[in-house]
Amino acid sequence: MDREKRNTNYNLYVESKIPKTKAWPSLFKAFLVGGIICAIGQGFFDLYSHLFPNLAESEVTTCMLMSIIFLTCFFTGIGFYDVIGAWGGAGSVIPITGFSNSISSPAIEFKKEGIIYGICVKMFTIAGPVIVCGVVGSIICGIVGLVI
Amino acid sequence: MQTIKFKNKPYLLNGYSIVGPLEGKGPLKDYFDYILKDDTLKEKTFEKAERKLLQDIVVGAIDAAGLRVDNIEFFFGGDLLNQIVSSSYTARELGLPFVGVYSACATMAESLALASIFVDNGLAENVVAGTCTHFSSAERQYRFPLELGNQRPPTAQWTITGGGASIVSNTPSNVRVVAATFGRVTDYGIADVNNMGAAMAPAACDTILEHLKNMGRSPKDYDFIATGDLGKLGSEILIDLMEHHKVVLGKNYSDCGCMIYDKTERVFMGGSGAGCSASVFNGYILSKLKKGEFKRVLLVSTGALMSTTTSQQGDTIPGIAHAVEFEYCGGEQKDKAKKQLQSVKVMAGKKSANEKRVNMTVISKKPAKRSGDD
Repeated sequence: MDREKRNTNYNLYVESKIPKTKAWPSLFKAFLVGGIICAIGQGFFDLYSHLFPNLAESEVTTCMLMSIIFLTCFFTGIGFYDVIGAWGGAGSVIPITGFSNSISSPAIEFKKEGIIYGICVKMFTIAGPVIVCGVVGSIICGIVGLVI
Repeated sequence: MQTIKFKNKPYLLNGYSIVGPLEGKGPLKDYFDYILKDDTLKEKTFEKAERKLLQDIVVGAIDAAGLRVDNIEFFFGGDLLNQIVSSSYTARELGLPFVGVYSACATMAESLALASIFVDNGLAENVVAGTCTHFSSAERQYRFPLELGNQRPPTAQWTITGGGASIVSNTPSNVRVVAATFGRVTDYGIADVNNMGAAMAPAACDTILEHLKNMGRSPKDYDFIATGDLGKLGSEILIDLMEHHKVVLGKNYSDCGCMIYDKTERVFMGGSGAGCSASVFNGYILSKLKKGEFKRVLLVSTGALMSTTTSQQGDTIPGIAHAVEFEYCGGEQKDKAKKQLQSVKVMAGKKSANEKRVNMTVISKKPAKRSGDD
């Protein structure tokens, strides 16, 4: 009991000593980085709709996503995306680039353990939960949609 | 008693430290023996690089002490990688009898204390104690892939690339090991793996208080008290905790994790890892001790004893701290050398006359000792 009390007090004390992340600068950086990434995406979208006027809008979107994902993998590979991520925070995590980075970075990292046990197994260590949640979420939504 | 006072006070013959490129830019850059230009050490993986690093450190320390690998009787060491592989593989390469130790980032102090016990009790003449860490292999094991674009919380610390090793010996030198305190495992309920300083500070406090009490000293008696890797937040907490026990840590206190990096580097609360106290001790502190600029030093390496599995299962982080006390004995050693020289001269004079008798006594002593042992 005494120990619990001591630990609670200590945790409260430590909490009071921890420097807080400043909200506004982080928000601004995230807005800026996220905004730039989205603007680049929009740029690709406009470019592809101009170059290939016969494509449907959904197909142009797919092409745009592919380009953005490729660029993220490229920047991850040359060791630049983690710099953007460390500065921009959620701004670089929320768009599809964050997802792409979270798959390509463990693939690069664990290449040394071989193709099967390294790349294939470890590739989804970070993105895995997102995929699982996405699939489970869509199943639930589907069932709900069916009932309604 | 938790503190072991060494009767014969073993000597620290020499130490050797190697750090990575980032640490080599820090304020202690002039004290490290070698600064790596390439942190892969031309190896294919970071794990291989880490063991190469430790191997270079151990060989460097043996060379710096003017010894050869076959003069070393035991290698006390450990590291942060699972199953302390870097140390084991180093011991394999060097062919040294290996005593693997693990207390996370407190491994340096623990190895030094164990090595000193061996030498103090005459179980060995020359023993090497060392450890190292590599930022990239530690990140891989404990955190995220290097290229993942994530942000660290402000309480995070930066595992250093580097390490150090010391030679504990019965051959006289300027530095002696006076005493060692093995710490209790202390857990104040911190569960955040990104706030290890706070998890380890109570352990450091407990060990320092115990050591001071058993040695009958106060922090003022030391020229320097260094904790291992509490970082900025952790050392602030330690000062508060010590004040709570009415012991004031003054300007002679610092933390190796706070000392190793330049303030402009993005390392958050400072350095961490087993190599942190190992490199700062063998680089900075030992060179000050050897010159006599520090007369009495207390090294308190701190470790967080969790694993990735325990953290994921929501367990709190147990902390540990081991303390080793060193003193400068330069003046004393000169006196001793003089005395030895005199006794050698006297012996040389008497030798020719007593040669037969000396030989006789040596022969007669041996069987007597043996029968006693049996």
